[in-house]
Amino acid sequence: MTNIENPKVKIKARNMTVHYGDAQALHGIDLDLNANEVTALIGPSGCGKSTFLRCINRMNDVIDGCRVGGSLSIDEQDVYDAAVDVVELRARVGMVFQKPNPFPKSIYDNVAYGPRIHGMAQDRASLDALVERSLKRAGLWQEVKDRLSASGTSLSGGQQQRLCIARAIAVNPDIVLMDEPCSALDPIATAVIEELMEELRRDYTIVIVTHSMQQAARISQRTAYFHLGDLVEHGQTETIFTTPQHQQTEAYISGKIG
Amino acid sequence: MTDSHIVSSFDRDLADLNRLVARLGGLAEQQFAAAIDALENRDVSSIDDIIAGDSALDRLEQELNDRAIEVIATRAPMARDLRSILSAVKIASVLERVGDYAKNIAKRSRVIIQEETNRSDTISLARIADIVQGMLRQVLDAYATGNAEQAMDVWARDQEVDALYSSLHGDVLAVIAKGAEQASVSSHFLFIAKNIERIGDHTTAVAEQVYFQVHGSMPTDERPKADLASGPSVTT
Amino acid sequence: MTDKIDIRSANPLAAQAYQARLKKRYRAERRFRAYGLAAIMTAGMILLFLLNAIIFASLPAFSHHYMRLDVEISTDYVSAQTPQEGNYLGLVRAALREQFPDVTARRDKRALYKILSLGAADGLQKRVMAAPDLVGTRVSLDVPLSDDIDLMLKGLIDRSLPQSDRIVSDRDLVWVDKLLAEDRITRKFAFALFTNGDSREPEMAGIRGALVGSLWTLLVTLIVSFPLGVLAAIYLEEVAPKNRATALIEVNINNLAAVPSIVYGLLGLAVFINFFHLPRSAPLVGGLVLALMTLPRIIIPTRAAFAAIPPSIREAALGVGASRTQVIMHHVLPLAMPGILTGTIIGLAQAAGETAPLLMIGMMAFIVDVPGDVTAKATVLPAQIYMWANNPERAFVARTSAGIVVLLTLLLVVNAAAIYFRRRFEKRW
Repeated sequence: MTNIENPKVKIKARNMTVHYGDAQALHGIDLDLNANEVTALIGPSGCGKSTFLRCINRMNDVIDGCRVGGSLSIDEQDVYDAAVDVVELRARVGMVFQKPNPFPKSIYDNVAYGPRIHGMAQDRASLDALVERSLKRAGLWQEVKDRLSASGTSLSGGQQQRLCIARAIAVNPDIVLMDEPCSALDPIATAVIEELMEELRRDYTIVIVTHSMQQAARISQRTAYFHLGDLVEHGQTETIFTTPQHQQTEAYISGKIG
Repeated sequence: MTDSHIVSSFDRDLADLNRLVARLGGLAEQQFAAAIDALENRDVSSIDDIIAGDSALDRLEQELNDRAIEVIATRAPMARDLRSILSAVKIASVLERVGDYAKNIAKRSRVIIQEETNRSDTISLARIADIVQGMLRQVLDAYATGNAEQAMDVWARDQEVDALYSSLHGDVLAVIAKGAEQASVSSHFLFIAKNIERIGDHTTAVAEQVYFQVHGSMPTDERPKADLASGPSVTT
Repeated sequence: MTDKIDIRSANPLAAQAYQARLKKRYRAERRFRAYGLAAIMTAGMILLFLLNAIIFASLPAFSHHYMRLDVEISTDYVSAQTPQEGNYLGLVRAALREQFPDVTARRDKRALYKILSLGAADGLQKRVMAAPDLVGTRVSLDVPLSDDIDLMLKGLIDRSLPQSDRIVSDRDLVWVDKLLAEDRITRKFAFALFTNGDSREPEMAGIRGALVGSLWTLLVTLIVSFPLGVLAAIYLEEVAPKNRATALIEVNINNLAAVPSIVYGLLGLAVFINFFHLPRSAPLVGGLVLALMTLPRIIIPTRAAFAAIPPSIREAALGVGASRTQVIMHHVLPLAMPGILTGTIIGLAQAAGETAPLLMIGMMAFIVDVPGDVTAKATVLPAQIYMWANNPERAFVARTSAGIVVLLTLLLVVNAAAIYFRRRFEKRW
């Protein structure tokens, strides 16, 4: 168990700004995210939480007219340094999206895709082992081991999302980003994923954007509240949800007209 | 920031809980006042009503508990909302206890009245009761307005109650020491005094809940105490 | 707040008004459906009428009347050593004269020869060339009758008309009636239609040259326009930044799709023939011109197919660390393939039906030989149809329709291929 009092800082953002064209989406975010913790980013739509999440693996790069300022480092290395290969970065920082988005390929190929393009497995046997390990870690192995060649899209929503998690962790990342991973799932599938996250955080640093306050409260160790592109409050999840220091946070989490 | 929720029925639920607490408070106050009145005025006729009236308090507390569970289950309250619901439940249980004390006071008053003794210390008893009634009213007002500072005033006043109780305690013990014929009545008398003092203590518990509801933490300073009777020097 | 109107309200006026509105709405919906159905039926009827007319008109072209002749392959006309130099028409004509010994005058003989097709000896020549030892023997063979006699036998020339009003003379009728009486005339499937190139003689004119020319042309078009179009679409949709320059290019591509096709022909003439000196009338040039015309028609649906791929697939691939090229090659392109193929095949089908641009580069020409490669002189199906339609001989009427039927069949095959590939590559996500 990680020491909550003295955690290691994994991701360090300093004065992060993001512009989409003329619109500023983030106004100088300073935020430290700890290793082996689940950090929940909450806030109303358009508050910049997803934008911040996408800064961590530079997914904003592919958006036309997006400019990122400030610095963001992972293990003290600046992610936006010119020497950083964005492909390598995205292998180190896995991502799970809002809508389960398996490739329209077999379950096996979905998981094996990342390792294949990164040349992580030398032969078929080691690739098989990697796929099995990833599916096991994502808690999906028992359900799909007899139909690995079935299409990934034939699975249920919750299974698809776990397949996406398996796909993300197959390339052996340090950090897993989750952008509202349960928003399209039913409560049971959501619970399975939440249980999985608790399990995964032993090996990975997890950053999750969620609109469900209860989910943030249940699964995260720390919570950051964003509002209109500013980081309003960041702290231990228990504190944020019982005695938030900021009125905006209070209003948001208790569903008041802020 | 306004204090209303986007889902207005949530506001109504919380208001309902507050109203129930207010009704409970009013009833408890009323029972307590009636019991003290009966004792002061040596009026046995109202005692049965007081004893019967306690069940209304019990029912009201139960109703509040049920409503609170419902609100928690359906609204998933957070932060201040959650605290206010928990406070309401806790305050309700305190007020129900106050009701019990009032009932107990009424029962014992009957014995005292029937003994037909006229004791001088009734006056100091009435004084304590007066202060505690004031405290109860004040703390319920503080709850209704969400005024933590007003609620914490009660703490200071409880000191006074404790001091008065200690002196009354000494007086009654002295009476008991004088003769055995007063012992039974005196013991009832002592219990009534203790009950009133306990109600005072309970009002401070309500005050703490009000503070918690507003600030999200319990008041930090030690509560001032002047209850020498329950001090270490006295064996009970 | 306004009062809610209860549809089952006790107020009879409100209920009546409501019922009336309901009826009116239902009527409107029924009417709407009826209009749609009527439109479909009208279109279907027109199509059916057209197809029916064409197919009916083409039927005579698929068969031809032949006459059985016993030919003495005499060494006077052919030698076994050099069979390619033989006078086969002379052989056939001699055999015909045997049938009508009473025709002796030179002019009468010439008239008699005309009941046979000019290609009457082609079959015999082929047989003898294949087996020279036939020389000196007597063979029985069916030779095609001339187009006019054939039409008369098919009932397309009314023999009850006075002689001055018809092509077939009374003497011809007598000769044909004699042959009919001897049971020498048979009606057979006209293989010539599919095996021959063009000809001035309707009964010898075949579609094969134009069909092969069309296929060569389309092959060139496909090879040039498919990779160019797909690459251009990938660049525009996936790689190029969205700015003024790409917007301008996009507008121009959309405009190109609307440029009259004859303009492409002029362009082809100026660039490919006059500047690059590529051969005139060749499928190579035709294919290049049609490729230019087809390019925007491939680029536009390809871009649409790319744009239709859900961004979640791209994000998923980027998220596991795929590079931009890998995202396109591994995910976007395979998923867009059905749309690309559909666009390409529809573009090709349109190209297959074009005549105007080919007019300018000399593919609207009378070419007898079946082209062997892309540089040989060739024509294409629609051009062939147009030329046949302009020929004066009556038998070309049916030939023209038959050409249309062949062209329609080709397009049907191409479209069927489009559906097949679509099904085959289609994947759900």
